Amino acid sequence: MVQKLDYLVESPSQTAGPYVHIGLMPTYAGNGGYYATEIGTSPIADGAKGEVIEITGEVIDGTGWALRDALIESWQPDAAGKFAGQDGADPAAAGHCRFAADAESGLFTLRTVKPGAVAARGGAMQAPHISLWIVARGINTGLQTRIYFEDEDNANDPLLNRIEQRNRVDTLIARKVGEGQYRFDIRLQGEGETVFLDI
Amino acid sequence: MSDNRDLGPLVPRNRAIHPPAYDIDYKTSVPRSPRWSLLSMESTPSEETGPRFGHSLIGDLDNNLILNFTRGKAPAVGERILMHGRVLEEMGRPVPHTLVEIWQANAGGRYRHKKDTYLAPLDPNFGGCGRTITDENGYYEFLTIRPGAYPWPNRANDWRPMHIHISVFGHSFGQRLITQMYFEGDPLIDRCPIAATIKDRSQLDRLVAPLDMAHSRPLDFLAYKFDIVLRGRRQTMFENKLEGM
Ligand SMILES: [Fe+3]
Repeated sequence: MVQKLDYLVESPSQTAGPYVHIGLMPTYAGNGGYYATEIGTSPIADGAKGEVIEITGEVIDGTGWALRDALIESWQPDAAGKFAGQDGADPAAAGHCRFAADAESGLFTLRTVKPGAVAARGGAMQAPHISLWIVARGINTGLQTRIYFEDEDNANDPLLNRIEQRNRVDTLIARKVGEGQYRFDIRLQGEGETVFLDI
Repeated sequence: MSDNRDLGPLVPRNRAIHPPAYDIDYKTSVPRSPRWSLLSMESTPSEETGPRFGHSLIGDLDNNLILNFTRGKAPAVGERILMHGRVLEEMGRPVPHTLVEIWQANAGGRYRHKKDTYLAPLDPNFGGCGRTITDENGYYEFLTIRPGAYPWPNRANDWRPMHIHISVFGHSFGQRLITQMYFEGDPLIDRCPIAATIKDRSQLDRLVAPLDMAHSRPLDFLAYKFDIVLRGRRQTMFENKLEGM
């Protein structure tokens, strides 16, 4: 016999289901006014430092159909690479946002500031990126991924460099489609399947 | 409110306790499940930090689903229950001051959502969502009504057991979790393809809340206790010294 490891085990995940917006985005669900303040309505306030950008895309299933019910959360540092709550962080950059695929078109839009670079453990710099967490009916455990940017230097990013099939790297890189405008689609399955993360 | 300075690597997820992405009996998972393996890596500040929400965000009735939809004017229909418990992390530490959000169907099994067309009527006094922030010991509580079971289009005659959806933040974006609470003794748990996406029955049992008579209030409500465990974080002297170098 040995001593017992008295650690706990994470609670198992269950799908967010089709009605996740009732709980997390009441206004989107048609129940506006439920809470005095809804959380995650914008990752930035007026006056946030840095370049304001808009990222638009779809969450696409294995048949090529854009989900109309996906809910996404994003988390990022400010333009200088500081997360909210850290010393010197931009008070106008909360960094967290909740957004959803449009119920008619399936398009989502994230309006934010372009994040600064952040060091990984051990000191290597990560290229600027936004972390995403995607939930919906049919997704049993929330999917993690990241948005990188086509017009940044991604050559030495430790995460991108771990992707063995180099042709999959592009699935994590937002394409620049205009001044301050980016396109980033998330493919759950099939050709061009997005790289999802276990971090 | 604590901040995002105290970093430490997250304990890697034990994926074996979570449902696999693909489960043919839960039909919607079939086209929505990635086929490739996840890319695994040690956590970075992007996963170790996370949004924090203050207690001032929360209104007085936000965790009272019996009254919050009518702002206290009229109570919702149904069996009154207290859902309560602690948010912990794998090292056994409580997770204080973290946001917990829930949503659920009404007593008849109907959601207040334009896509829900089930025959059961809406309750004019019930909205179906609530939120709170854990106290300094990781405790949370909601006063609500017991949701009804409801049918859903999957196999020919599938019904969801009574359940409450629950979303928890923790202190790190990498701890983010959504799950569901089931009720002790519900015979539909064993027949539900969504519950059955969890392949280890002992893990599914951890989502079944026991009746907790010690916390029920005579002539008022029954209680169900539901603890939630989030991913842990390593914090050792050794690592803290390395960090400072
Ligand atoms: Fe449900």
